[in-house]
This record gives sequence, C-alpha cells and structure tokens, in this order.
Amino acid sequence: MSLRFLSVRLGMLVLTVLVSSLAIYGAMFLTPGDPATLLVGGSRNPDPAVLAQIRSDYHLDDPFLAGYWHWLSNFLQGDFGQSLVYRDSVTGLIGDRAGDTVALVAYAAVLVLAGGMLIGTVAALRGGRTEALATTLTAGAMAVPTFVMAVLLIWLFAVRLPWFPVYGSGEGFTDTLAHLTLPAVALALSWIGYVAQVTRTAVRGELRSEHVETARSRGVPERVVIRRHVLHNASGAMFAVSGVGIAGLIATAAVAEQAFGTGGLGALMIEAASKQDMAVVQAVSLIFVIVFVVINTGVDLISAAVDPRIAAQKGAIR
Amino acid sequence: MTEPQNASPLLHIDGLRIDLPLDGAPRTVVHRADVTIPEGRAVALVGESGSGKSLTARCVMGLLPGSARIHGDVRFAGESVPGMNAERLRAFRAAEVAMVFQDPRAHINPARSIGDFLIEGLTTARRVPSGEAVKKVTGILREVGIPDADRRMRQRPHELSGGLLQRVMIAAALAVEPRLLLADEPTTALDVTTQEEVMAIIGEAREARGLALLFITHDLELAAAVSDRVVVMYAGSTVEELPAARLRAHAAHPYTRALLASRPSVFDEAAELRSIPGRPLSGFEAPEGCAFSDRCTHVQDVCRSERPQPSPHGDAFAACHFPYVLASEETADHA
Repeated sequence: MSLRFLSVRLGMLVLTVLVSSLAIYGAMFLTPGDPATLLVGGSRNPDPAVLAQIRSDYHLDDPFLAGYWHWLSNFLQGDFGQSLVYRDSVTGLIGDRAGDTVALVAYAAVLVLAGGMLIGTVAALRGGRTEALATTLTAGAMAVPTFVMAVLLIWLFAVRLPWFPVYGSGEGFTDTLAHLTLPAVALALSWIGYVAQVTRTAVRGELRSEHVETARSRGVPERVVIRRHVLHNASGAMFAVSGVGIAGLIATAAVAEQAFGTGGLGALMIEAASKQDMAVVQAVSLIFVIVFVVINTGVDLISAAVDPRIAAQKGAIR
Repeated sequence: MTEPQNASPLLHIDGLRIDLPLDGAPRTVVHRADVTIPEGRAVALVGESGSGKSLTARCVMGLLPGSARIHGDVRFAGESVPGMNAERLRAFRAAEVAMVFQDPRAHINPARSIGDFLIEGLTTARRVPSGEAVKKVTGILREVGIPDADRRMRQRPHELSGGLLQRVMIAAALAVEPRLLLADEPTTALDVTTQEEVMAIIGEAREARGLALLFITHDLELAAAVSDRVVVMYAGSTVEELPAARLRAHAAHPYTRALLASRPSVFDEAAELRSIPGRPLSGFEAPEGCAFSDRCTHVQDVCRSERPQPSPHGDAFAACHFPYVLASEETADHA
C-alpha cells in the first residue's frame, strides 16, 4: 500500500467529515424559525434573556462561517455544548449512553461478520441444495427491515418463548448480553443476508477463476487452494461489504434501541429530535458520520493491504 | 507411428471422446482425438477455436469439470489418467506434468506475490522446505531470462509485463521437473516480439531437460517450427497427423492443405490472402459425415454420409475419404 493511497484516503475522510459537519450545522439555519428558539428546546415562550444568552453562547450573530468554525472547533475539543432540555452537558449525555450503543453495534457486528461470511462461504463451496437454501433464506433476510424484525422478535419472545428479555438493557456482562441479543439480531439480520450474498458470489467467482485452475493443475491440495486462492482473493469483497454493513448498523442502531428500549445514542438522538434539542442532535449526528467514515476508510485500507491492485487502481484516479 | 528409440509412448491419447452438458443436455465436444507423444518429443496440436484442442489438453491433466463424460483413454506412461483417484491425480499433477496457460495475467493469482506463485507447486504439493524451493526457482528464473530474481519474487503480478509473467509461468512449470509440458497457446496473449522469446525459452528448456511437449496452437507454421510432429484437429476430431518437416509437402487432409494455403506469403505481397469458405465448426456442431465436408472443395457424396476414420499413409495418418497423395514431387498443385 503506497503512502499516496493512504494520504488520499485520509484526505477524503477529512473532506467528508467537513462537508457533513457543514450540512449538520447549516441545517439549524434551514429549519423554519429562529435557531436560538430551536436551541432552547422548542418551548413556546422563551425568556428573551435566555435567548440573548444562547445567541452569544452559540455565536449565532456572528457570520455563518465564524459560528460554524466556533462550533466545530469546540466539537473537536470534546465540548459539545449544553442541552437545555436535559439541563446537562451534551458531552455528559453522550458519554453516559455511548457504551450501550457500542456494545449493541459490536454484538451485531460479530453476528454480521461471523454469520454472513460463514453462510456465504459454505453455500458457495457446497453448492447444490445447500446453496439454493442459503440463497433463498438470505435473500429473505435482506428484505426484512430492522423495525419489522424487531416487532416480530418482540412478539415471538415476549409471547411465545421466554428465552431472551425483550426490553431494557440489563446489568452486568451476561445480563447485558442477554438483553442485547434480540436487538442485535434484529439489527444484524438483513446485513447477515447481505454479507452472505456478496460472500457467496465472490467465493463462487474465485472458484471458477483461471488462477484457481492453475493451482489445481499443479497438484496443490484442494484445502490449500480454497484457503490461499479462493478465500484469500474473495476476502476483499467480503471485508468491503462487511465494512459497509457495520457502518450501516450504526445508522440503524437507533431503530433497534428505540424498539427494545435498550437506550443508547440512537435512542438519545430520536428523543432529542422529538424535543427539538438541536445541540444533542447535531453532536450525535456528527459522531455517527465520523464513526461511519472512519469504518469505511479502515475497510478500504484493509482491502488494499489484502489486494494491492486496489491501491494501484484507486491511487491512479486523481 | 513407430520411432525406433521408443518402446512405449509417454502420452497416448487413444480414441478420446468428451461429452459435456451444454444447456442441460450432454453434447459431444470432442469426437475422436488420437495423439501420441514419445518421451522427450514435441507434438503440436493445431486447430481453430472450438476444435477441442484445449479440452483434449485439459483432459490429459484431469482438469475437465466433474460433469464431463470421458470415453476412450488417456495413458501417461501406461497409466490411465481418467482412471486415477483424486490423491493419485494430485500427485501426478504435482510431479509429472505441468501446464503453461494462455493468459498469465488471469492464470496467476493477482493477489499473491510472484515468489509465492513460483514456490507453491513445490512447497504445498510436494512438501519441499520453502528455503530450498526459493533457491531452486531463483535458479530457474535466471534460466528463463529473469536475472533480478530476488526483486521479481517480491513483486505482484500487476507489476510485471505480460512477457515477463509468461516466463514466470514457464519457470513455475519447470520447477516441478515434469516429464511432460503442456503449453496451451502460450504466446497468443503476448505481442509479437515477446512471442519469439517465449517460444525460444520453451525450446531451450525442453532441450536441456529432455522434456516432452504438447504444444497447443492455432498457428500451423509455428507448430511445424517448434515440434517433431503435427496433429491437426477440426470440429472435435484429429483429422491429420504427420512429421512436422513434411507438413508443407505431404499434408494429405484438405483442411490442412487449405490452412497452409491461407497463410500470407512473405515473398509475394501482391497475392490475395486466401481463406477457407464457410465458418469453422465447434465439436458439438459437427454433422454426421466428415465435419469438413461443407467447406471442402473435393467433397463427394460419401463425405456427407460417412465419417472418415484415420487411415495411415507412410508414417502419417489422415481422416479423409480422398486424401491428397503426392503422385510425383513435381506436381504439387492440387488446390
């Protein structure tokens, strides 16, 4: 992987975050009404003194770019401002809930990686009925959105099978794990399907490729052919789709958190949005964007390390 | 073909027929292939695309898909290749035959280093320690004209030119010290200047090691230049076999003669380039009678109804009802 490729990817990361942060900050001015009123939290008759205080705190009377820069530099230093609805620092609010979201997304990511790659690989290698069954089931899984799956799981486990708790976040490791199982499954399922499908196609394609024929023609044991040539070469596509999947989990985590009442950043954002708590919405949105972009870049770098052609191709497009 | 110094041939393809499922129904893609290669000799298998030459070569290595049905026999040093079990087939591929494929860019794993590719045949298939394998392939790389072996082995396929990659493929094939080298149009994907170099490398390696060669090509002239005998395939059947040196004068099958006549002449630039009327058939399209009958200028009724069997003339064979036989050396103008 060349230094140039690395710097191009990192440059794109910074650019994406800058553009998104501009959009997130600017959205406050595009929404109807006075930004100061939004920051107060949508109360009907805000105290003019409080409004003036907010105007100066948030630099709303400064030129747009100066205000934006002030907000962004504070954000980058970890100061996300004050929530007037929760009467707490936004940093504190986010810090309290970040752990729940990280645990949920990590749990779901493990399910997506292990489940998707395993199902896809086995389907492609076994072929025949196994492949047909796996393809049908994973295509079905892809089609079910998280909120539908959440309702189905709650119905199934609350009403029929008392195996897993369907609400709340739990205490201690095992209890937390039990509480997070259903939300993680609901969150991960469509991505498991997606990763399995892409993995199956990639492994299939490599199995048919000419370089695999070469390896077989040299008497390389089939086990080694599968590991060194088929899976190794398919791993680029597998990691790429998994990366998008895990980034996608962050975006939809809010749905599962809300449905199962596990709490977390997603739930916080939904709550804050409904209470028109702009400071919280802005901070959580930007955090999601940053995590999303960082994961995607990380996946690109891993893919390039596995298959140097990617770096050669993408580095050339300038 | 009885050559005095050879008792039993290294490779004997005897009445090979291959059926492959196409659109669900089994279709005969190779009708009858007969090829014999004595130890240390070079035989060229010549034919257009679809003639079944590559399938025949793959059958020698047991590389056909599992859905293929094979009739007749392929014997390597007396042992039937289609009769080998998986373990024996693997050992056979690892030690006794090696194949140089047409397109090195597709046939060498693009995600692994050149060094990995070169030593793989030795380390995984033959359990040679990797230090020893590296030493061995470094020597062979020098032999095929790649002096900076250490640097090349660290590079990836996309960093090498096509000609260089094909040398790497040849080096990988030579590294296992096979008795038979199969070369499936090894120069078709290369540009003209590197084609000659690659053929020279194969020729030198063959001479140095006493290696037998099955050279697959669509180029009759090249075939005659690099091999001892030439076998011509058309629409899934071998139609003619003869010593390379006598190809021009003694070719007996109308298809071979037509191919020879359609070469551009170096000496007479004004001469019109001749072509064979009609289009080449694939094995599964071959009609009941002689597959070439629709395009043959000497066709008779019997050609359309009865498929000619290979019949000997001198030390050559031709599958034709009316083979061209030299009446006298002077009157060679028949076509």
